[in-house]
Amino acid sequence: MASNSSGGGSSDRQRIAQQRLRIIAGHLQGPVDGDSAILAAECKAQGSKTDVCREGKTVPRRRQEIMKWNGWGYSDSKFLFNKKGQAEFTGKRYRLSGMIIPGLKDWMEGTFGANLQHKTPATPLLTSSAVQPATLNKAFLEELKSTGIPFSHDAEDRVFRAHGHCLHEIFALREGKFGRVPDMVVWPNCHNDVVKIVELACKHNVCVIPYGGGTSVSSALECPPEETRSIVSLDTSQMNRILWIDEKNLTAHVEAGIVGQDLERLLNESGYCTGHEPDSMEFSSLGGWVATRASGMKKNIYGNIEDLVIHIRMVTPRGVIEKSCQGPRMSTGPDIHHFIMGSEGTLGVVTEVTMKIRPMPEYQKYGSVVFPNFEQGVACLREVAKQRCAPASIRLMDNEQFKFGHALKPQVSSIFTSFLDGLKTFYITKFKGFDPNRLCVATLLFEGDREKVLQHEKQVYDIAAKFGGLAAGEDNGQRGYMLTFVIAYLRDLGMDYYVIGESFETSVPWDRVLDICRNVKARIIQECKDKGVQFPPLSTCRVTQTYDTGACVYFYFAFNYRGLSDPVHVYEQVEHAAREEILANGGSLSHHHGVGKLRKEWMRDTVSNVGVGMLKSVKDYVDPDNIFGNRNLL
Amino acid sequence: MMFLSLQHRDPMLKKRDDFEDMLEERRNSSDLRYALRCYTPVLYKGLAPCKASMLKSMVLQSDQLHHVIGQVSRETGRAADDVQEEASAILEEMAHCLQLSTVRFFAFTLSKVFKTLFRSICVNEEGIQRLQQAIQEHPVVLLPSHRSYMDFLLMSYILYTYDIALPVIAAGMDFMGMKFVGEMLRMSGAFFIRRSFGGDKLYWSVFSEYVKTMLKNGFAPVEFFLEGTRSRTSKSLTPKLGLLNIVMDPYLKGEVYDINVVPVSISYERILEEALYAREMLGVPKPKESTSGLFKARKVLSEDYGSIHVYFGQPVSVRSLAQGRVNRCQFNLVPRHIPRRPSEEIQSFVNDSAYRLVRAQEENMVLKPWVLLASLLLQNHHQDQTAGQKRGMVLEELTAQAVWLRDMFREYGAFLHWPDHVPPSEVVSSSLSLHRGLVRVCEGRVQLAVEQGFTVTPEEELLSQAVIVLSCASYRNQGLHVFLRPALLASAINAASSNLKQEVFNSFSFLRNMFSNEFILCPGATVQDFEEACYLLVKTGALQVTQQELLVTERGQRTVAFLTSMLDPFLQGYQVRETLYKMFSPCLVRLCFPGRLRYTEVLSSDLQKNSLAALLRLGAVQKIKA
Repeated sequence: MASNSSGGGSSDRQRIAQQRLRIIAGHLQGPVDGDSAILAAECKAQGSKTDVCREGKTVPRRRQEIMKWNGWGYSDSKFLFNKKGQAEFTGKRYRLSGMIIPGLKDWMEGTFGANLQHKTPATPLLTSSAVQPATLNKAFLEELKSTGIPFSHDAEDRVFRAHGHCLHEIFALREGKFGRVPDMVVWPNCHNDVVKIVELACKHNVCVIPYGGGTSVSSALECPPEETRSIVSLDTSQMNRILWIDEKNLTAHVEAGIVGQDLERLLNESGYCTGHEPDSMEFSSLGGWVATRASGMKKNIYGNIEDLVIHIRMVTPRGVIEKSCQGPRMSTGPDIHHFIMGSEGTLGVVTEVTMKIRPMPEYQKYGSVVFPNFEQGVACLREVAKQRCAPASIRLMDNEQFKFGHALKPQVSSIFTSFLDGLKTFYITKFKGFDPNRLCVATLLFEGDREKVLQHEKQVYDIAAKFGGLAAGEDNGQRGYMLTFVIAYLRDLGMDYYVIGESFETSVPWDRVLDICRNVKARIIQECKDKGVQFPPLSTCRVTQTYDTGACVYFYFAFNYRGLSDPVHVYEQVEHAAREEILANGGSLSHHHGVGKLRKEWMRDTVSNVGVGMLKSVKDYVDPDNIFGNRNLL
Repeated sequence: MMFLSLQHRDPMLKKRDDFEDMLEERRNSSDLRYALRCYTPVLYKGLAPCKASMLKSMVLQSDQLHHVIGQVSRETGRAADDVQEEASAILEEMAHCLQLSTVRFFAFTLSKVFKTLFRSICVNEEGIQRLQQAIQEHPVVLLPSHRSYMDFLLMSYILYTYDIALPVIAAGMDFMGMKFVGEMLRMSGAFFIRRSFGGDKLYWSVFSEYVKTMLKNGFAPVEFFLEGTRSRTSKSLTPKLGLLNIVMDPYLKGEVYDINVVPVSISYERILEEALYAREMLGVPKPKESTSGLFKARKVLSEDYGSIHVYFGQPVSVRSLAQGRVNRCQFNLVPRHIPRRPSEEIQSFVNDSAYRLVRAQEENMVLKPWVLLASLLLQNHHQDQTAGQKRGMVLEELTAQAVWLRDMFREYGAFLHWPDHVPPSEVVSSSLSLHRGLVRVCEGRVQLAVEQGFTVTPEEELLSQAVIVLSCASYRNQGLHVFLRPALLASAINAASSNLKQEVFNSFSFLRNMFSNEFILCPGATVQDFEEACYLLVKTGALQVTQQELLVTERGQRTVAFLTSMLDPFLQGYQVRETLYKMFSPCLVRLCFPGRLRYTEVLSSDLQKNSLAALLRLGAVQKIKA
């Protein structure tokens, strides 16, 4: 994502890198923490490991200093309607920052029936008194103090770690409502700190919930309300060093608390990258990726997390689990990494990971293709997958999303550009006969040697042409990727004006893609109607990943909740119905968001009784006292 | 245990639409202009209509057909091209080639014909509007009831008139025998299927793919008759599941979001094929469909057939039918184009849906006063035979009883068209005059028109009597669905050895089980049916239900007696069957003479067929292959 949020339409690698650095400079200016409740103690660099890079970390201990406590992302970046009633994106961090987005107001009014007069502002400040007092385990606390590991039981710190970014979680925060929150937060500084914390937790029967980037959308971070023990949120954010880079084998050994943007930036400085870019990479952490089986936008070149990981170290109540060597592939029984990946914090804390790295790509190029309709677009993606020539990223937006992307176009600077845009529109709709209410757009990102990229690009555009696709320029492509990260900010804007929404994903075999898209979208619309939603909802989808045998599909769903007494409940019912529809249409429970607590009820049907039993028995062995008691997954 | 849930099922509360006579406009304006007018129906999702040839190639290129062709070719050792040829030929034989010009031709000629035959053709226009809406939302399946050859031409005629997408109609191959007419029907949207193609994988595959392609792309509403064939008895027939299975498949496999099924109830005041059916059931074989036969039937044109009521029911969403009944995940693990036998879960779902849909058809069947009269006259006729009294009923008595029965039918929720502003005596007499072929008024007494002494042999005489009785019975049967459940309960009360609720229920359950081939009784719904019957009888004051017992009230005696004797002919039919299952109908005819059989209806081949099926099912009879 860093690449999307930066590069200025140029395909020049140098410039992208420079822009990245400029943005990152902004992150550096975040104030250093000075909270007296926090005890600072530095972990010594271990043994022979060289600390490659330590400065320039994004995430401070007190996250609320730079991030919203009740919304997405950085405090300084948000959408708002200015005095003229125009939408504007504040801050300096993103390409869109400081720009006017003239189309957004009309789009919001047109799509949702929203009205700028009807506001639903959030509670501005967190009232500490509304937070449940901490249940502290004195003995644990005493012993923890003696280790010197920093901790806090400040209400703000605790609330910040009591949620992910599901709609109901953010909605409650905006209303100033807090349920069960962790009783304290600890910030281990290294693997050994984690070992100590887990040992103490076992000794004193304290519940530990690992916390990485906090970007979960599966209710995975919610504290089980029935938990009576003291809950400790183990925030890995300070374990954020690259411990070494092995250029011979192209691997890097990294602490698991590092967030995606830091990892990429630091590796870039040495000329490398992991290429793992989930949409949340600004904030999500390496440990979180491992624990949820994350997927990155550029998986076609670099692979998903399970392809990237060479070695994992995890601290469990039974001790540390890790493999003894770094062979690229092993036949040593079931791969123990697969007990760890997707364990969602139920078995232990991932502390260090060895990952594959690649030299940074020489050349990057965005692109886009317009198709007369979604069916043709899907057929094209299928063909691309069949020929195994998918670019680093290829995504297909449906018509509604295409319009949405259009609404997010910033104000154009010159008459010439707007004239050009008009001409393009004319060419596509009038000359080529594309129906503006049916056409859809695929966005592309190519990476690699300049020559190969150009060759690859031609190959893909040739395939697209066979399905009626027309090349629609780099700019459209880039804006498509930009949409991915601003959409989370946009939700906060919507929530200021009675609009709530969310996205969810699935993976599905190729022959089911069209059917699932149609049926799930229709189901959402019908359920909204049945549940008394007064305005037609936004129900849209896109295909975001291609595989040999299927694709990953994302659904976006939002509606105007004016007139509903319990909008979140309605929202949850609709999402539930949509998930049932997904499953009934051959889709998976999740492609990469994970199960958490939100989708637990379908686990048994998904993996069979025996499957659940297998997972249970692992849990029972590794963590018999349920120290890692977030109750995800099972 | 009961009644709590029944309030909302009260049939009296069912709201039904009003009718418009569509012939009225035809009588007042030019048929030619009507036939040539601009016809621009709205299609599913605003689709453009699909050419018949394009449809064929879509079917031939489908994954399912490819798979089956490969399979057949491997199994038989024939070349794939060869099998492909065969598939193509099957499709050629089957496919419709709807042409607007043919439809216009029919629109013109049918206007002329209908105007001479019928007084009115009444359609509920709100139903038409609902249908129009349904067509735009989801693919639509039309399920008309089937009582006459007329049905499908009539359906297309109505849809054309209201500017609604013309359906494609599944028709039996026998129509194809009618040279010119077969092709005409094909051009008006009929496609032809063989009556049986049991093991023919290729045929099944072409057929199901053809129907599914039309349906899921929303090219046209698909129309077929759930009962499979015309009901000769006016009773709804046990639904056939093959086509229903096919049309539900695209929903179950997620190929469409939903499918709207629209039951259509077509009720004829006088059925064109009245006497034909009765003869057929008495073993005079069905004339082969032929063009010349059709022309010979011209004489029907000179008679008055009263009015037709066509009621387009509430569209039923297959999705909502399947809600909580079918786990669609069962299709996740095998490619959807590989044909598989439907699972038990699906079979039972389709079966239950079929019964629900047939009941939806029945509910909206318009009943004319004649249905009540036929029921009363038949009962009287049977009683006369045994009692040897003077034949027939006094007109006033008949009228009074008809009024009594009318009120009962209304309480049971029947869709009865009894003109309330006309004095009952007039209603009765105009009804009798329309059906003068079946009844006679003689010395102030109304009797069935069973002639005596004109025929040569006693057998012939009996046969001609039976024709009249069976014709009347078929009109009585039109109202069967209204009183069937209460009548089963009434008979059960009579048959049970005590008034204990459990005893009555057991005997109800036995009767219901025995008659499940005869009537539309959804398998597994015994308790619901029992409750419904109790509810209706209690509501009309004929029954009292206590904790333990069911008691017939004083004023309920008449109702119970009436209801019981309504079922008597069927009951006796099954008894006869039980004793004589080895004999053939000729023996049965002879058996009638000594007056041992009260009910001539027993001679109906339909009754015999059903009872034999029931006895086989119940294990009372075994099939032995000679």
